[in-house]
Amino acid sequence: MKEKDYIRDIAEIRSMMERSSKFLSLSGWSGILAGIYALSGSYIAYSFFQFNPVEIAYSNQEAFASLSNVILLAIVILILTLGTAIYLSGKKAKKRGENLWNPTAKRLLNSMAVPLITGGLLILVLISQGLIGLIAPFTLLFYGLALYNASRYISGLKNSWTY
Amino acid sequence: MGHRLWPDAYHLWHLFALQIRKVKISINGLNKVFESRVKLGIMSALAVNDMLDFNLLKEYLDVTDGNLASHIKALEKEGFINMEKSFIDRKPNTKYFITKEGKQAFDEHLKALQKLIELQR
Repeated sequence: MKEKDYIRDIAEIRSMMERSSKFLSLSGWSGILAGIYALSGSYIAYSFFQFNPVEIAYSNQEAFASLSNVILLAIVILILTLGTAIYLSGKKAKKRGENLWNPTAKRLLNSMAVPLITGGLLILVLISQGLIGLIAPFTLLFYGLALYNASRYISGLKNSWTY
Repeated sequence: MGHRLWPDAYHLWHLFALQIRKVKISINGLNKVFESRVKLGIMSALAVNDMLDFNLLKEYLDVTDGNLASHIKALEKEGFINMEKSFIDRKPNTKYFITKEGKQAFDEHLKALQKLIELQR
């Protein structure tokens, strides 16, 4: 074998590891439905609970009056989204003859959990300080970071070549 | 004298040949088993996954059933991979996983490959 063959061998090994370590059971429909739930949630919050913060900071009393409803709504949407994602991905995994809870699923969830939990804690602090106007942009920001982080395990192990 | 020497020589050669077959590692440190692209592919996929079933391996490698089965059998014979049979929706499902020996052999093969590439630079 020549040098070219060695390099080709390594390249093939790497590509096979990438392809086989994607989380293949993630349901695309659950992502679309999550977006629909979120949009309906923000519509309900805006038109029924009058949640439309223009200022960044609100005094605690005026903020908490409508905020408890919005938080309850957010929890309902979170449960709906997670339930849909688990149910649809579980169905897809079953179809593929795989376990939903496999190593790729664990890696995917771990990589998403770090930015999401960090952002969640920060947003709780913001709420307690009455910084209501910052909630929406911060949720988007940390959600985007979580997706960026998780994308490595959806489209392959691009940055973590350990061998 | 000659009559006495030949059986010994034969015996020695036989032992030597057996030893070569058992180790299967060439001078440059590459494992001869992994000269096959399909076997190397199976090992790569199993190295980063706990378990993979036959159909998934077939999908990754793009080979026929018979071809894949024969390569899997050879790797099993080497003790590099093992299988676990189960049922999913009453259909039999065979999942393969890399053994400790297989992981070690694969890691050593990779190290040898990297060393060879570095040496030639």
